[in-house]
Amino acid sequence: MSLTAEKITYSYNEGTAAERPALRGVSVFVGRGGWVSVVGHTGSGKSTLAQHLNLLLTPKSGKIEIDGKTAVPGSSGARELRRKVGLVFQYPETQFFAETVREEIGFAPSNWGLKKDELEDCVRAAAAAAGLTPEVLESNPFRLSGGQRRRVAIASVIAMKPDYLVLDEPTAGLDAAGVRDLTRMLNEIRAGGLAVVQVTHDLKSALEHSDMMLVLEKGREIYAGTPEETASYLAEHPVKGLVLPPLVRFAGRMRQSGFDIPIISGIPAMLGALSEGARRI
Amino acid sequence: MKFAGGFSIGQFIPGESFVHSLDPRCKIAAAFVLLGGLFASSSPPDFIPWILCLAACSRASRIRFSSVLRSGRPVLFLIVFTVALNLFWTPGREIFRLGFLRVTQEGLAAALSMGLRLYLLVMFAAMLMMTTSPMSFSDGLERLMSPLRRLRFPVSEMAMMMTIALRFIPTLFEETDRILKAQISRGADFESGGILKRTRAFIPVLVPLFVLVFARAENLATAMESRCYVPGAPRTRLNPLEWSRRDTAALVCSAVFVIFSLLWNRHAAAAISSFVTWPV
Ligand SMILES: Nc1ncnc2c1ncn2[C@@H]1O[C@H](COP(=O)(O)OP(=O)(O)OP(=O)(O)O)[C@@H](O)[C@H]1O
Ligand SMILES: [Mg+2]
Repeated sequence: MSLTAEKITYSYNEGTAAERPALRGVSVFVGRGGWVSVVGHTGSGKSTLAQHLNLLLTPKSGKIEIDGKTAVPGSSGARELRRKVGLVFQYPETQFFAETVREEIGFAPSNWGLKKDELEDCVRAAAAAAGLTPEVLESNPFRLSGGQRRRVAIASVIAMKPDYLVLDEPTAGLDAAGVRDLTRMLNEIRAGGLAVVQVTHDLKSALEHSDMMLVLEKGREIYAGTPEETASYLAEHPVKGLVLPPLVRFAGRMRQSGFDIPIISGIPAMLGALSEGARRI
Repeated sequence: MKFAGGFSIGQFIPGESFVHSLDPRCKIAAAFVLLGGLFASSSPPDFIPWILCLAACSRASRIRFSSVLRSGRPVLFLIVFTVALNLFWTPGREIFRLGFLRVTQEGLAAALSMGLRLYLLVMFAAMLMMTTSPMSFSDGLERLMSPLRRLRFPVSEMAMMMTIALRFIPTLFEETDRILKAQISRGADFESGGILKRTRAFIPVLVPLFVLVFARAENLATAMESRCYVPGAPRTRLNPLEWSRRDTAALVCSAVFVIFSLLWNRHAAAAISSFVTWPV
C-alpha cells in the first residue's frame, strides 16, 4: 500500500506563450505510515507536486498510483481515490467559509456522504487529533488565532479519514512555538498510522522528522534519500535556498577537511557523534 | 485540470522586442488606427494584407505567430457562433442545403469575412495586451485621456483604478483556482445535481474569495494611504513616458498600412473577387 508518483512532468499554461515547465520527471514514493519531506527553493515545483498527489493536476507525462491503482485525474475513479489523499494547501485558513469550526471540519466528510450521527463523531475525532479542544468547535473560524486556524484547517482535511496526508508548507507563517506544536501534532497523527508528505523549505524540521527526503530544484529532482544521506549530499552540494542546520554544516566542513565524522540528522545524535569524534582525537 | 482563469485575451509576455519598446501611447493609437481600418474591410480578399500585417507584428514583437493565433481561444465560441449565423441565415444564391439549413454564396462570403474580421480584431487587441505591461498600458491611457481633465473627468483616479484592476485580475483568477482546488480536494462536487445544488456548491468558493478580496483591498488602501497617496493630487512618475522617433515611425507605418489596405480593398480585392468567381 503506497502513494507513488512516477516521473511526473508538468507545465503551466501548456501550449501558450506563457508556458513554463514546473516539474521535469519527479518521482515520489511514500508507504503507509511513512514520512516524506519534499524540500526546495521557492518556485522549485513543490506545490505543483503536492497538487499532483491529490489528482488536481493532470501530468503531461508520468503517472500517479494510489494503493496500486493508477489514478487518472478527471475520471470518475479519481474522486474516490482522491479521498485517500488529504491535501492541506499552503495557508489553508484562506479556504474557510463556514460560520463555526464544527461546520468547517464537517465540510469534507459531509461531501463524502457521511450520516448525521457519524458526522459529529468524525468532527470530534478530527478536532481532537489536530489538538483542538471541544469548545473551539462552536467558535467562528475567522476569529481564531493563527495557530488554531491552521489546526482547524488540518482537522478539516483529516476529517475525511485519508490514508495519506500531504501538507504544503504547514508551518508557514507560524511563530516558533506554533511550529513546534504543529510538528508535534503531525508526529502524533503519523503515529496513528497516517502517512505524511510534507512540503517545506525548513531543512531542519525535514531532517529531524522524515524517513525519506526529496530535493527539488527548478522542477528537477536532484536528490532523494534518507535524511542522513540527504544531509551529507547537501553538505557537499549546496542548493540555493536550502540552509542546512549549523551543526550539519559544521560536520560537513569537518569531513571536507579530512575528519571522519558521520553526518546525522538528529541534533542529539550529531552531538553524540561529535563528542565521540572528539574523544578519538 | 484548469478550473479558473484563461479568460483574458492576451496576457502580457515580457520581452525586449521592437514592439515591446514602443511607447504605450503609440501602441494604443496604432491599435485604434488599425481597428478602424479593419472595420472598413468587408470582402474575404480584403483581409489578405491584414493577415500579413498581423504576421509582421508578431515577428516584430518576437511572439510566435501560433501563440498569437491561439490567444483568441476565449472568444472562439463567439466567433464560431457569428460564422454559423452568417453562413446559414444569409439569403441569396443557394450552393447547397443541409436539411433545413441553406448555404448561399452570399452567406459563405459574409461568414468568412465576419469570422476573419472578428478574429483579426481580437488578434490585434491581443498583440497590444501581450506586448504592453498593464502598468504602462494604463499610464499610456491616462496620458492619452488627459485632455478630458479640463472637463473635470477624474483621469488619474480612473487610471489608478484601472492599474489596480489590471494588476489584480490575474491574481484573482489564481486565487479562485486555488480555492476551487482546495474545496475539490475536500470532496466538494461542482458537477452533479440540479441547478440549486450546483449553485449552493459554490458558496464554499465565493465566501473565501470575498473574504480574500476585501482583505486585499483593505491592505492595499492602507498601504497606499500610508505612502501618502491622495486621490487627484499631482504625482510624479518613476518612468516618464518618452515619445521617440521610432514611435512616430510606427504610428505613420500603421496609418500608411491602413491607407494601403483601403486602396487594396478598392482595386486588388475587387479584381481577386471577380477572378475567383467567389465563392466555390
Ligand atoms: N497557477 C500557475 N500558473 C502559472 N504558473 C504557475 C502557477 N503556479 C505555479 N506556477 C509556476 O510554476 C513553478 C513552480 O511553482 P510552485 O508553486 O510549484 O513552486 P513552490 O516550490 O511551491 O514554491 P513556493 O516555495 O514559493 O511555494 C514556478 O515557476 C511558478 O511560477
Ligand atoms: Mg508552494
